Amino acid sequence: MSTIFLLLILLLGFLITFQIAKASEYVGVLKGEKKNFEQNNRVNGFLMIAFLVLGLIGVWWCNDLYKGKILGEAASSHGKEIDTMLYITIAITGVVFFITQILLFWFAYKYQYSEKRKAYYFPHDNRLEIIWTVVPAIALTVLVGFGLFYWFRITGEAPKDALQVEVTGKQFGWIFRYPGKDNTFGKKYFKNISDKDGNSLGLLWDDPYSHDDIVVGNEMYIVKNQPVKLIINSRDVVHDVGLVHFRMKMDAVPGTPTTMWFTPIYTTDEMKEKTHNPDFEYEISCDQMCGRGHYTMRAIVKVVTPEEFILWKAKQKPNFVQVFPAKEPSSAVKTDSTAGSPMKAGL
Amino acid sequence: MSNEAALHGHSDVAHAHGVDIHHEEHGHHKETFITKYVFSQDHKMIAKQFLITGMIWAILGGLMSVLFRLQLGYPDTHFQILEDLLGSKWAKGGQIQPEFYYALVTMHGTVLVFFVLTGGLSGTFANFLIPLQLGARDMASPFLNMLSYWFFWLASVVMLSSLFIETGPASGGWTSYPPLSALGDASEGSKTGMDLWLISMALFVVSSLLGGLNYISTILNLRTKGMSMTRMPLTIWALLFTAILGVLSFPVLLSGFILLLFDRHAGTSFYLSDIFLASGKALPNEGGSAILYQHLFWFLGHPEVYIIILPAMGLVSEVMSVNARKPIFGYMAMVGSMFAIAILAFLVWAHHMFVTGLNPFLGSVFVLLTLLIAVPSAIKVFNWLTTLWKGNIRFTPGMLFAIGFVSMFISGGLTGIFLGNSTLDIHLHDTMFVIAHFHIVMGVSGILGMFAGIYHWFPKMYGRYLNNTMAYIHFWITLVGAYLIFWPMHYEGLAGMPRRYLDVSGWLSFNQFGGLNRFISTVAMIVFAVQLLFVFNFFYSIFKGRKVITQNPWGATTLEWTAPIRPGHGNWPGEIPEVHRWAYDYAKDGREFIPQTEPLGSNESAH
Repeated sequence: MSTIFLLLILLLGFLITFQIAKASEYVGVLKGEKKNFEQNNRVNGFLMIAFLVLGLIGVWWCNDLYKGKILGEAASSHGKEIDTMLYITIAITGVVFFITQILLFWFAYKYQYSEKRKAYYFPHDNRLEIIWTVVPAIALTVLVGFGLFYWFRITGEAPKDALQVEVTGKQFGWIFRYPGKDNTFGKKYFKNISDKDGNSLGLLWDDPYSHDDIVVGNEMYIVKNQPVKLIINSRDVVHDVGLVHFRMKMDAVPGTPTTMWFTPIYTTDEMKEKTHNPDFEYEISCDQMCGRGHYTMRAIVKVVTPEEFILWKAKQKPNFVQVFPAKEPSSAVKTDSTAGSPMKAGL
Repeated sequence: MSNEAALHGHSDVAHAHGVDIHHEEHGHHKETFITKYVFSQDHKMIAKQFLITGMIWAILGGLMSVLFRLQLGYPDTHFQILEDLLGSKWAKGGQIQPEFYYALVTMHGTVLVFFVLTGGLSGTFANFLIPLQLGARDMASPFLNMLSYWFFWLASVVMLSSLFIETGPASGGWTSYPPLSALGDASEGSKTGMDLWLISMALFVVSSLLGGLNYISTILNLRTKGMSMTRMPLTIWALLFTAILGVLSFPVLLSGFILLLFDRHAGTSFYLSDIFLASGKALPNEGGSAILYQHLFWFLGHPEVYIIILPAMGLVSEVMSVNARKPIFGYMAMVGSMFAIAILAFLVWAHHMFVTGLNPFLGSVFVLLTLLIAVPSAIKVFNWLTTLWKGNIRFTPGMLFAIGFVSMFISGGLTGIFLGNSTLDIHLHDTMFVIAHFHIVMGVSGILGMFAGIYHWFPKMYGRYLNNTMAYIHFWITLVGAYLIFWPMHYEGLAGMPRRYLDVSGWLSFNQFGGLNRFISTVAMIVFAVQLLFVFNFFYSIFKGRKVITQNPWGATTLEWTAPIRPGHGNWPGEIPEVHRWAYDYAKDGREFIPQTEPLGSNESAH
């Protein structure tokens, strides 16, 4: 009912606008075309400068309103660098933005039609054109320089002591794998995946390295001040590991593993204090359209101290043990043929 | 009138153009309703067909955005009317369901990018302006031109029909990345809807190629006597570069689509590998690369944004010069920068793929090339500003939109410098920042440029004026509204809020923007309503608008204003005009403007 009411009001608004528009056209004819044009021109010229002034106030106001709600403190060393880059870019583009917008609307206002003014024939000027080719080129060189400096630091090789975690996206959730005591991931093959048999990643049980691999969902534990290297996979469609607080992001592509690394610098508990938010959690969001549940594809990252991490890891049962509770990890080196459905894959 | 003198003064000049003979034939044969309004080969009618089809799509595409903004702004509200209208599958309990939300954003993107801002914008103004501003009777091949429209129409029908099938239209985003778009089991929209999407897009590519080849050959071959390339208005230069971009890049897109069709139906593995679906089945495909599609897609996808913005730039340059009563500043620099943009457009596509696992070194090359594009863009902006400087500006509706275009282009162009820098793209990629950026620089700028063109050339198209008061309301609410919608969106993006989330209330990191989303949605609806005011103004004025009584109402120099107020097929009743000077002799030698058809004075220097 209220919708119909709204539509009626809209229609009425239309009719009124149309009638006014029509009437002003007739009035214009009566007033004489020239006078009417000059009047309209003055109004629009005034609106140009009004738009500029109100717009600038609006920009300032909007920034004031939201500056506390964005970014927050970056929680990784890469994130700090990205934030620095962001502020450099905001500064340079901000200057250009204000200069050009002010000139645009100021010129529009200042040089609006006047009977007395003659437009100035000014078809080109090589000096000016060289200036505004060279100046932007220099500014952009600076930005490219800074940008690539950070880019290569961020995308370079992960340090040797990095904690390795394999992240796998699926519709619609995340699976994490830790290599276990041997610090080596066991082989896997996607045709071995079976949620029913508890093998959500398709680990190959005849590869002994897989026996101590820990597989968990929903929560990824990483260690403060220890670099972490994520090896990113997807089980079905393209997903993306988005880590807002660490300012990191990388696609999860089926069939083509990707990697990224960073060093978390605050534990989850420290962030709770920093943000004055007792419910704070680091979230993983899927940033690449992946189907109907895309907007709910969430997981949590727990950044903990080294001691807490050891405790947590000790509590985790390897996937192999979960699937074959009879086989204790210490005794199992060689597997027999009944284990799962071993497939030799050229991985 | 000097124009008429020019028209008749050169009747002894022999024109070698074949189109003259063609015109003679047209003078005699009888036009029926079908040949005049439906299967017309007159470039002016085809332009109007493109325009009106584009407008219908713009309304539908805009309406889709209203629907999904309703969901995003009011995720908890039940709009009973939505369930009544759309059925319980798509809007259960008056709430847009996720599948439908994704179908809406996909269709909104596809429709606006391709059908409105490519078909509607290039199709309209390339068809309308190229022959008229070059002094040609019609396109090089009027028949192919007609086919170009009807392929567009077919593409439209197929796309429209996909909205009505049971599993819904394509819903994998306008980029339709596989494997999501390849597997019906992964998403409802990837069933029949995706096939129809691919067929429609293939038809659209055919339309675009037929049109593009025609525009290029017309511009290169059918310029009237004296119309050297450097005397062409900037509109024509822009449309030439646009057509070249389209002809070179659309086939690559088509090849990407054909491979996708094979993967969908022929069991190939171009894009598929290592897939285990949630339904519990592992697919046999191995060895494909999902990233290959992204390369093929963005090899068109990036030039596509220039296919949208270059015509708008051309229209704005022309409208701005005419109404500032001043020559466009730096004509050759304008042409040169468009040329640079057109070349660079092919060399930057992978900046959409910085976080796909692309080799970081390759990424750095694309950073360099991407930021290089900012230089010609900056040149254009400064040239527009200088064009306004010391002008004598008439705020016609066309001029207002041209100024709005420059403002939007600056704002959106600057945020491109953020996204083109791979370091920042890591954080900003696929967030609302991207949405804000490309809507401002491509969507809003493109549409403002198109409005500038429509308001400026409407009198030439229909022999009547649009209503000015409605035009002013339309402009100011659109400009203010566009900033209110997209400016705060940057803040959501800086906070990392991902795009294509229909409800952020479940996220600790993004739920602070619920109120802002509501605000944006409300403004979006108001702006949409004002666009309907324009549509009304448009159709009303075709029939009832104030009549144009002078041949050259804007006091412009270009050739289209030397044609009769309502030109017939063939454009000029007598000889086609001859050109003696460039298109921008405004305020020269104390004269307000000097038409291109006027010979140089004895002691006058050519530009």
